[in-house]
Amino acid sequence: MNIDDIKREFPIFDDKIQNNDLVYLDSANSSQKPRVVVDRIYDFYTKEFSNVGRSVHYLAVAATNLYEQTRVSVQKYINAKDKDEIVFTKGATEAINLVANTFGQKYLSEGDEVLLTELEHHSNYVPWHFLRKAKNIKIEFAEINDDGEVTLEAIEKKITNKTKIISVSHLSNVTGAILPIKEIVQLAHSKNIPVLIDGCQGAPHLKLDMQDIDCDFYAISGHKMYGPTGIGILYAKKKWLEDLPPYQGGGGMINEVKKEGITYGELPNKYEAGTMATAQVIAFNESIKFMEKIGIQNIEKHEKELLDYGLEKLRKNNSVNIIGNPKEKGGVISFTIEGVHPHDIATILDEDGVAIRAGHHCCQILHDKLNLPATARASFGVYNTKDDIDKLDEAINKCKKIFNL
Amino acid sequence: MDLKDLYQEIILDHGKNPRNLGKFDNYNKDAKGNNPLCGDNVHVYLRLNENKKVEDIAFEGHGCAISMASASIMTDMVRGKEEKEVKEIVTDFLGMIKEKDSLETNILKDDEKTKLMSLSGVKQYPMRVKCATLSWHTLTSALDNSDQIVKTED
Repeated sequence: MNIDDIKREFPIFDDKIQNNDLVYLDSANSSQKPRVVVDRIYDFYTKEFSNVGRSVHYLAVAATNLYEQTRVSVQKYINAKDKDEIVFTKGATEAINLVANTFGQKYLSEGDEVLLTELEHHSNYVPWHFLRKAKNIKIEFAEINDDGEVTLEAIEKKITNKTKIISVSHLSNVTGAILPIKEIVQLAHSKNIPVLIDGCQGAPHLKLDMQDIDCDFYAISGHKMYGPTGIGILYAKKKWLEDLPPYQGGGGMINEVKKEGITYGELPNKYEAGTMATAQVIAFNESIKFMEKIGIQNIEKHEKELLDYGLEKLRKNNSVNIIGNPKEKGGVISFTIEGVHPHDIATILDEDGVAIRAGHHCCQILHDKLNLPATARASFGVYNTKDDIDKLDEAINKCKKIFNL
Repeated sequence: MDLKDLYQEIILDHGKNPRNLGKFDNYNKDAKGNNPLCGDNVHVYLRLNENKKVEDIAFEGHGCAISMASASIMTDMVRGKEEKEVKEIVTDFLGMIKEKDSLETNILKDDEKTKLMSLSGVKQYPMRVKCATLSWHTLTSALDNSDQIVKTED
């Protein structure tokens, strides 16, 4: 694959940003969008728009078909058994909230334990914290080791006979650690514990096979997969979607509504109340096609090359300290510079068009554990090149110079 | 935008070696502030004497060069001032960071104003304004005996 050709498919790189060529190293936060995705939204709104799943006129039927086509594309992309196992949400955050809320309602009571890890994003902690408040459940955290990984043993250590669900990241957005999710699922299932995987960072970068991983739930963020904002996916095994109560109530999710009572709709409508992010769902099909065209194996390989190059380069740069050293690592490099706060790093890098993130990356538990208030983070996408990493390195040197290091 | 406006020598100096960093025993007012977006936090301690004069002031916390320098310069500047004067300086500073071109208060000497104006570079960096103002909002909160933790997101 030719990265220059791929990069040209992203209109954001056509123009200078603040007089600089954009060096976008913030894809773990959100990825840029290829032209096909942007065009699809425009075309849908200008030529094909209608609400889906309700009216019988031509546009409504066509829009419904397009909407459902994305469901099938996602099903195939992640190798789910059934298209009804794909629920559209407004994002991965909502997908996790959906599970925490409905599973919590039905299966959690006082004293029960939910097992997370110390490297979870706030979106895989706060929804469970709500249950801690509402139902007096306990939240346990599997520990990270010195390399910034969570091992199978660390998970096993925290499982008790009170553990009712395990919810873990696929890939850490800070250390880049790839968790042994298949082994975690096997272990959990041997004890009859369901597993939710927060796949925000996994889905854009790693090959997914739901039937092979065998997890019960997998949350996906559309905007990190070269797709629009406002769309996420909850993959859930059909038995769970049939078993758990609905999440939000409204139009589209019902079967029959009477004064005396209400029956709910079939899957997948049961979990898609109200008018959904129709244009985004339809455009997300283009993101899937875009990734399929390149091939996830090629994306993985490219990002691994960038990661190895970036790690080598930054390790050589004095006073740069790289956070974590996981054996299995995705395209994320979090770092600090002795004597320069990450926010100052980010502002100075930005002056040269190098866009990174600084802060706690929505992982305060992890940063507390590392005893760091904040880190700087460079994260990769399919459009990044080794040249981007060289520019990052140069900008870091400029930073050191300003701070007289 | 020019980085030199933001990272002036005086900011780098105060950022690296903040004055009045720490805590002293006989403080009678204090408040905490944090910036949830980036995790910066500050805790301001001060002692107001019977004449409502700031006898001593210090701060604890961590943050970027801008926020550390701002807290450092602020604590230097308000020590020995009366509560009423401190409030006037705070209002003047926040007004300058927000919209005004210069400082207007007569309480500060010209060289003090120059020192404070070194923080005006953040005006070109909207995302960094909070770094400069956090400790000032926290000082107000301490004077007002507010139990609320100051959040820059409010």
